[in-house]
Amino acid sequence: MATIVTDNCDLCRFTDCVTVCPMVCFHADDKMLYIDPVVCIDCGACIPVCPVRAIYEVKNLPPDKHHWIAINAERSAALPLITDKSQPLPGALERKKQLGF
Amino acid sequence: MLKIAVVGSGPSGFYTAEALLKSSKAEVDMLERLPVPYGLVRYGVAPDHPKLKLPATTYARTAALSGFRFVGGVTVGKDVSVEELKDAYHAVVFCCGAETDRELGIPGENLPGSHAATAFVGWYNGHPDFLQHSFDLTQEQAVIIGQGNVAADVCRILAKPVDDLRQTDIAEHALQALAESRVREIHIIGRRGPAQAKFTDKELRELGEIPRACVSLDPADLVLDPASAKEIEDPRGQTAAWNMALLREFASRPLAQARRRIHFRFLESPVALYGGQNLGGAVLEKNRLEGPPFGQCALGTGVTARLDCGLLFRSVGYKGLEMPGLPFDERRGIIPNREGRVIRDGLPLTGMYCAGWIKRGPSGIIGTNRADAVETANHLLADMHTNASLPSKAGASALLPMLASRGLRCTSFEDWLKIDAAEIARGAEAGKPREKFVRIKDMLDIVSHQAAA
Repeated sequence: MATIVTDNCDLCRFTDCVTVCPMVCFHADDKMLYIDPVVCIDCGACIPVCPVRAIYEVKNLPPDKHHWIAINAERSAALPLITDKSQPLPGALERKKQLGF
Repeated sequence: MLKIAVVGSGPSGFYTAEALLKSSKAEVDMLERLPVPYGLVRYGVAPDHPKLKLPATTYARTAALSGFRFVGGVTVGKDVSVEELKDAYHAVVFCCGAETDRELGIPGENLPGSHAATAFVGWYNGHPDFLQHSFDLTQEQAVIIGQGNVAADVCRILAKPVDDLRQTDIAEHALQALAESRVREIHIIGRRGPAQAKFTDKELRELGEIPRACVSLDPADLVLDPASAKEIEDPRGQTAAWNMALLREFASRPLAQARRRIHFRFLESPVALYGGQNLGGAVLEKNRLEGPPFGQCALGTGVTARLDCGLLFRSVGYKGLEMPGLPFDERRGIIPNREGRVIRDGLPLTGMYCAGWIKRGPSGIIGTNRADAVETANHLLADMHTNASLPSKAGASALLPMLASRGLRCTSFEDWLKIDAAEIARGAEAGKPREKFVRIKDMLDIVSHQAAA
């Protein structure tokens, strides 16, 4: 089991989650973040701080988002760690509004 | 190089140290009153949540960074004063957490059988301060006041079959006592409604998954008032919405035979505890909610009922203790501060900082303290940067001789690693991840024994 970043992060990448991760298990590409399920301890600290509610505990993952489990595992293994907060992507605030947050 | 003292070795202390050391501008001496580090990761996280103890592995990595020193066995405010630390260091960061708990403030609270949940947590986790406590587990009825994650931990430890705890790092004395437990009914009581319960959905779900235990609640309690209904539809109420879904599922379960039963009760506050020699029970007043969504208060209705119980745990919040030599906000139980800069009479105290629960109160989970500590560390570094004429400070070369002259036997991080290895070896014999030393003397004996060998 793990905690999963899903599509709402795409093109936002606010990185508030990174600042509260006690294990440093977030990885990033140019578009979004992914959680390394091997390192994640399922503490859930990142879930409430995401401004666009992109992060779910597996048990709360909506059925149409289950493919994100595999994506997080694959992408986190291939990408560098992100240890500190960075600027959100350009257009993140607009996308946040579009997503209804 | 800046010389910084960090007081406390729990999550906020280690995250502060990490942020300061990674700046390459500071050396950190971490002072801890116990001989061993990690604070609530070692003594607060429940033994059956081993993954939540893994942040300690990242703290050990911080401890290995150049410029880090652990000084265990020294109580700031008693063995060394805040003023003395201020003289020896450029800055002091207080990360001493919330060391006591909030009381109910009702008649009968001190009857034998009425306890702070935090004392039970310290006891089952082998904290040296709580060895003398005893809990009468021959009682069949137990009551927990409060519905946060500490309450959930206490409930789970009481409800779980003891065999499910044998492979954890629970203290041996607690395991023995729990093996004899006759607790059958556990009432977990919230002053507000189910939508305001503070459990995370994860902790709540676990309470419904305990082998040979069942959950029970009155379905009428799940009918929400309009403001609560709004709360769970709002994105801010996501956890509450998940909790409500879980509670509805709990309520729909058929009645089952079970060894232990967990009763969720809402909108009730204890107004008095009664008994003779020992606790006999609690008088509970029914509450109603008033106020806007996310601002609802529980108000007493005057309607009371008695609930007999011989064992009661109050779990209505941790609270910080005043540090001699520093200002203190008695009401909130924190050091007054602005984003981690300690404030007296509205002005920042030069070189004094705080992070973690003593800064913001007992909220959030382990990782919450990382962002919090980084904020404090960044302010500290910025303040020191703007002060061009920093004097040189002696740091540990002043502190350690001072502590030695006062007869203190301090531990280093290397000493902790020896204690750690010895605990793991002891645990392996019993199939446990570790068997903690619960007496300070036994911890120190390991250090001196190995030094002599």
